[in-house]
Amino acid sequence: MSDMMRLIEPVIPALRRYARSLTRDRAAADDLVQDCLERVISRWHQWRRDASVRTWMFAILHNLAANRRRDIRRRREEVAVDDADEALLGRPPTQEAALRYRDLGRALATLPEEQRSVLLLVSVEDLSYAEVATVLGIPIGTVMSRLARAREKLLRAVEDDGETRVPKGAPLRSVK
Amino acid sequence: MSVPPISEDDLHAYVDGALEARRQADVEAYLDCHPEVARRVALYRAQRDDLRAMLAPVAEEPVPPELNLARLVDARRARLAWWRQAAAAVLLLVAGGIGGWSLNTALGPPREGIAALAAEAADSYRVYVPDRSRPVELRDAERAELVAWASHRLRRPVSVPDLSAAGYRFMGGRLVATPHGPAVLFMYDDDRGTRLVMLVRPMASDRDTPMAQHTRGSLTGFAWSADGIGYSLVGPPAAAVLHPIADTVRRQLG
Repeated sequence: MSDMMRLIEPVIPALRRYARSLTRDRAAADDLVQDCLERVISRWHQWRRDASVRTWMFAILHNLAANRRRDIRRRREEVAVDDADEALLGRPPTQEAALRYRDLGRALATLPEEQRSVLLLVSVEDLSYAEVATVLGIPIGTVMSRLARAREKLLRAVEDDGETRVPKGAPLRSVK
Repeated sequence: MSVPPISEDDLHAYVDGALEARRQADVEAYLDCHPEVARRVALYRAQRDDLRAMLAPVAEEPVPPELNLARLVDARRARLAWWRQAAAAVLLLVAGGIGGWSLNTALGPPREGIAALAAEAADSYRVYVPDRSRPVELRDAERAELVAWASHRLRRPVSVPDLSAAGYRFMGGRLVATPHGPAVLFMYDDDRGTRLVMLVRPMASDRDTPMAQHTRGSLTGFAWSADGIGYSLVGPPAAAVLHPIADTVRRQLG
């Protein structure tokens, strides 16, 4: 039991982050993580020792999130994007960062779910492409094409959104 | 040595730092010659950094108590313990039901109604009548105490039938345990030492049933119920002898 806790505990912050970036709602995200942890605990014996605990836990979270989205769609209670952005953001270090993150958060919200999860698992959660394929239950080629589309679409979404308030031509971020 | 062409996948793997050192060098060389692609890759990199920076604070937040792992494990243990108990209880009920049913159909005692009361009276007879030192707990002299005690425990007013007309003296009585709660036992004897037992208790079912004979081995019994109280008179006399005595009791109580 303590072996289980030792392996699970370090993954919880990342699960929370991924859940929040998916749901854009703090309470809903933590509910999701709680469901996930309960399932992980109860199915601990099903974890194959040759697979990474992290991948297994993200896969469980992903399935729970997918089920929940289906339920929400059925009930038509999609979270309003503007409200959700506030919950998504942590405390940005500067005013400038706050603005940039708000744009990025909004742009992220415009991505199709399937692209957003690939982008987040790869870019933020540091899962390998093979691990993402396992978590989402899709071929690795699909992971790559969704990643490419997600990055392009996110760039355009940020630029389009930024044009409305940032002078044209301002870089998204200074490049080293 | 020819370099395999740089694919879109290579560019993303480069952004994610997922390339082996050699391939990474290939991509860097390619980007040096393709500034447009290099610009796009730089934007991807910046986007990746921004996403990480934007979401990093979430992972740095203290984990809320409802996600405390030890707590979740404890909660699951408690739930499992509850389910285990519930499952065990269900199993017992099922096993008891099956066991009771098969015993009942084979040779077991009746579990409900007036037949159960008759069986309880016969059982009490066999336990207490042979007892020479203390067949009753409260004797005839303590009749008032016995009646008060029994009425209190049975939550019904209880009275002691008088069988002296049939030649039986009241010896005394006691409370006995039955599967349906407490019952009061009254014992009588005659000059030859023949003893009768009368068992009285509230009835959950068969609350008003006519008198019927229940014979078990050498013991004769007559049982009936009225107004939710069951009565069973048991003894060795033949049915022809015991029946009128039971009728007398019923008249007195009615």
